[in-house]
Amino acid sequence: MIAGNLRDSGLDRTVLLIVPGALFVVLLFIYPFAYGLFLSFAPKDGGIWANYERFFEQPRFYSTLGITFWIALPATLINLGLAIPMALKLRRPTSMQRVVTTMLVVPITLGTVLVAEGLLNYLGPQGWFNRLLFDLHLIAGPVRLTHNYWGVLLSLVITGFPFAFLLTLSYITGIDPVLAQAASTLGAGPARQFLHIYFPLLAPGLAITFCLAFVQAVSVFPSAVLLGAPAGPTRVISIAAYQAAFEDYDYSMASAVAMIMGLAQLAVVVAVLGLRGFFYRGPAGGAKG
Amino acid sequence: MASRNGDFHRPQGGGFAELKLDAVSRRFGGLLALDGLSLKISRGEFIALLGPSGCGKSTALNCLAGLLPLTSGSIWLDDRRIDTLRPEQRGLGMIFQNYALFPHMNVRKNIGFGLAMRRVPKNEIRRRVDDAIGLVQLEAHAEKLPGQLSGGQQQRVAIARAIVIEPPVILMDEPLSNLDAKLRLEMRSEIKRIHQELGRATVYVTHDQEEALSLADRVVVMKDGVAQQIGVPETLYDRPANLDVALFMGYRNVLEGRVDHIEGEQVSFQCGGLTLAGARQGRFGAGPATAVIRPDEIEPGEGPNRIEGRAETVEYCGRDYLVDFVTDAGARLHARSVERVLPGDHLCWHVPAERVLVYGAG
Repeated sequence: MIAGNLRDSGLDRTVLLIVPGALFVVLLFIYPFAYGLFLSFAPKDGGIWANYERFFEQPRFYSTLGITFWIALPATLINLGLAIPMALKLRRPTSMQRVVTTMLVVPITLGTVLVAEGLLNYLGPQGWFNRLLFDLHLIAGPVRLTHNYWGVLLSLVITGFPFAFLLTLSYITGIDPVLAQAASTLGAGPARQFLHIYFPLLAPGLAITFCLAFVQAVSVFPSAVLLGAPAGPTRVISIAAYQAAFEDYDYSMASAVAMIMGLAQLAVVVAVLGLRGFFYRGPAGGAKG
Repeated sequence: MASRNGDFHRPQGGGFAELKLDAVSRRFGGLLALDGLSLKISRGEFIALLGPSGCGKSTALNCLAGLLPLTSGSIWLDDRRIDTLRPEQRGLGMIFQNYALFPHMNVRKNIGFGLAMRRVPKNEIRRRVDDAIGLVQLEAHAEKLPGQLSGGQQQRVAIARAIVIEPPVILMDEPLSNLDAKLRLEMRSEIKRIHQELGRATVYVTHDQEEALSLADRVVVMKDGVAQQIGVPETLYDRPANLDVALFMGYRNVLEGRVDHIEGEQVSFQCGGLTLAGARQGRFGAGPATAVIRPDEIEPGEGPNRIEGRAETVEYCGRDYLVDFVTDAGARLHARSVERVLPGDHLCWHVPAERVLVYGAG
């Protein structure tokens, strides 16, 4: 009877299949989020805005926002900037494309902690990288690439690039190569083929790739702690939240930091996706009706 | 500045007298896809490259456009060697099989793309694009995106985009193969009309012999990367140079037999119990041979080369009937009849000796 009523109201029983998924989202995302939001407005002392006021008054909090962006934005741009030319170069399915994509999947599966540990050894003062440069007489003393900004940035590039590359590659292979050929017969050289054909058709996909890569980079925690200088130059916002929660035992403040982190990410994502509206979104084939 | 641009967007269009392909070859791995194609195309001429898929006709076109480098040979536009130039430097207009319209640009932007790449001033682009849109009759659709157009309209945009740059030569790669039968006829006339109006040299690739014969001034029949015959449509149709060309030109009746008597260009051809007087094609002596006849040349009634047989299947084609019949000697032939024929009818047919083309073996 219920099924009949559902059908009459324009639904059918298959709609019920979304229940487990919806339940999952509500219990593991919406509820904790709402709980955190509520908690952030219930500070240890002061009015409901006290945590937020504290965040933007105290340098040890508000500086983390800038530091996070200062790491995450360059990392995202580098990843995207490297991914686009490589994906363009490898857009035709060849054995080279398969080899490269397989190689790039490896860092994704390793996870950030393992990559950070590896980089600590490889890039450290006694690591291969410094020894090689020293033996080649390119440097007099070790170059510092760990426990500072560069270590974190490098680790974000290594873990984030494959992800950006694979996404970009899938967008580029969706563009009919005949379009670029047509542009070339009309007088467009490689640079203008990219500017007028590939880029505009790729832009919506690049926006999505940017957002995903950026969100991934903003939540940098393990490499900022392991490879960076978590007390200073790489004290990112997630470290501030962690310290508030597990060193100061101020869950309310930690929630406020997390909310601010979320809002900051959301602002960038909304801005980038908004830009997407300026570009064509639709099938990128040779346009056969 | 203006004069420099003016020269640039007419790349030798005015002075161009001859496009010459000199022993153009292209190899893909071990496969010779195009084997020494030599061809001269004069100004305003319409050339069709005709052949089955894989015969090398599209390879030839892509070599001309610069989308494929040559393995050997050269291409000349008068005294200027162009096969060493990149496609964007050749300035030839190309129309692709799937049209390759830029999906993110409206009709006007698509058509104006080549002019914009040549840095033609904005107001001149507008004027010339308007002219091109008028020529292909798309005034009502100028602001639409390609995805909002029908197949025929997209085809018109592709044509306008290629001709607006006033290229010395226009290349077309099976431009009608994605259209339905009715639209194909319509666009065929349209292509003919535009060619007559503009008089641009055109190289047209197709696997449809009817398209090639109706459009082209000269047809190049290709097979396995080799040009089999180059000639005006009438010659190809009436006097195919070899068996392959004959088969492609619609000589559907193929009889394997022997030539036992030769007298000048006349031969006597034997196949089973059938003896036919035929026209000798090329030099060969008595021995195994193949005779080919087009269905429309076998007609009902008494006459020379009398053939008797029983009709098996009859297809009504509007103007006439296509009849498959089996001769008393057992050979199966295709013929056409204006009069109504019923399956099972035992009829007498005939075919003029000069329309029985006999080719020697090998």
